[in-house]
Amino acid sequence: MATAYYLAKEHGITNVAVIEKGYLGGGNTARNTTIIRSNYLWDEAAQLYELSLKLWEGLSKELNYNVMFSQRGVLNLGHNLQDMRDIERRVNANRLNGIDGEVVTPERIKEIAPLINISPNCRYPILGASWQPRGGTARHDAVAWGYARAADALGVDMIQQTEVIGIRRKDGAVVGVETSKGFIGARKVACVTAGSSGLVAGMAGLRLPVESRPLQALVSEPVKPCLDTVVMSNAVHGYVSQSDKGDLVIGAGVDSYNGYGQRGSFNIIEHTVQAICELFPAFSRIQMNRQWGGIVDTCPDACPIISKTSVDGLYFNCGWGTGGFKATPGSGFVFADTVANDRPHPLAAAFNIGRFNTGALIDEHGAAGVAH
Amino acid sequence: MLLIYCPHCLEYREEEEFSYGGEAHISRPVDPEKLTDEEWGDYLFFRKNPKGIHHEMWFHSSGCRRYFNVTRDTLTYEILETYEVGCTPKITGISS
Repeated sequence: MATAYYLAKEHGITNVAVIEKGYLGGGNTARNTTIIRSNYLWDEAAQLYELSLKLWEGLSKELNYNVMFSQRGVLNLGHNLQDMRDIERRVNANRLNGIDGEVVTPERIKEIAPLINISPNCRYPILGASWQPRGGTARHDAVAWGYARAADALGVDMIQQTEVIGIRRKDGAVVGVETSKGFIGARKVACVTAGSSGLVAGMAGLRLPVESRPLQALVSEPVKPCLDTVVMSNAVHGYVSQSDKGDLVIGAGVDSYNGYGQRGSFNIIEHTVQAICELFPAFSRIQMNRQWGGIVDTCPDACPIISKTSVDGLYFNCGWGTGGFKATPGSGFVFADTVANDRPHPLAAAFNIGRFNTGALIDEHGAAGVAH
Repeated sequence: MLLIYCPHCLEYREEEEFSYGGEAHISRPVDPEKLTDEEWGDYLFFRKNPKGIHHEMWFHSSGCRRYFNVTRDTLTYEILETYEVGCTPKITGISS
């Protein structure tokens, strides 16, 4: 939806149809843990996520739709010496890229999030954290609705309840898509299909270096305000924030094995809940309301693919793995530019699919927050 | 929670005793120096990632510490067979 909006707004291309198998905001966009940050290690990734964060900062005004973007800050905890070395390296890299960030002590963490347990006696004691004050959260479904309304106002068509079942090609170039409601002719087809990207690529005879796996999350009953920031921990594998409605939004890890079943393994969710209870002992009595799993397409280097393909007129924006929501505006912006001009946007160039053959990977497993 | 039958231990054990080893039946190139970048990248990174029948390796990391292969449906998560490395799966197909 973001890609369609930027195609119309930045490039004047309004003859765009967005084909959606389900309904608007029915997929991963509105099923994630809404965390936004840009503290990635490598220049290429940091610049892409920072473009996103800058767009987030003006997004409600731009779309004339309140996406409830809240810069409440993001803590990434470190629990051992290697965590702390990685955090210091990442914060230094961020600052060199003009991205806000600092390394904070357990005492400062306690000031930011008073309910957290910084006791040195727990199983994985907190030794410090990285702190990105400009990070935060946004209302995920409002983002989908806001982009859809703004794109619609510019002339984009949104076709819901319609499944793409084939990509028609002629002489190595795209001529349109077959859908469950008939054929739609198009000289350019841009695929932004998350967990199903491998299947869609297969329709055009292409292979992608992605593997689809379930990522889980859960939310609690609503409680009074008790956590006004986002706390993430890579080492014990859990992340938590409190929504404006009051419920705790908790994210778990990704399953270790491939699956399209939209449900995750119980042991993964059990480990996450254990981690959250150790970080926040006060949360141990909170009841959980819902738990679900969504399919994410993970890449070998934990970075996305924003790329032209070997088929003329066919573009892919996929492989965002466990962290695509935070990049929504920037991802749509650079992908629209790539599609409109038939060449990679300067910030997207490093994310071409050819990097898996040249070896120029962008290893962001450390900053990805969730192990891929 | 998957219950996985280990063909070495000859019993069903819980998923947590195992670790996933990725797609099975990928043979290492005999002469890596002769491969093009495309072929080497394909070998390293490009997987089938099917929705349906998948042949995959599992490692009984908290048990006998041996690898074996599993035929699993990635949509229903049903395990259709387990067999030793080097054997041919009985069940093949692209989707359930």
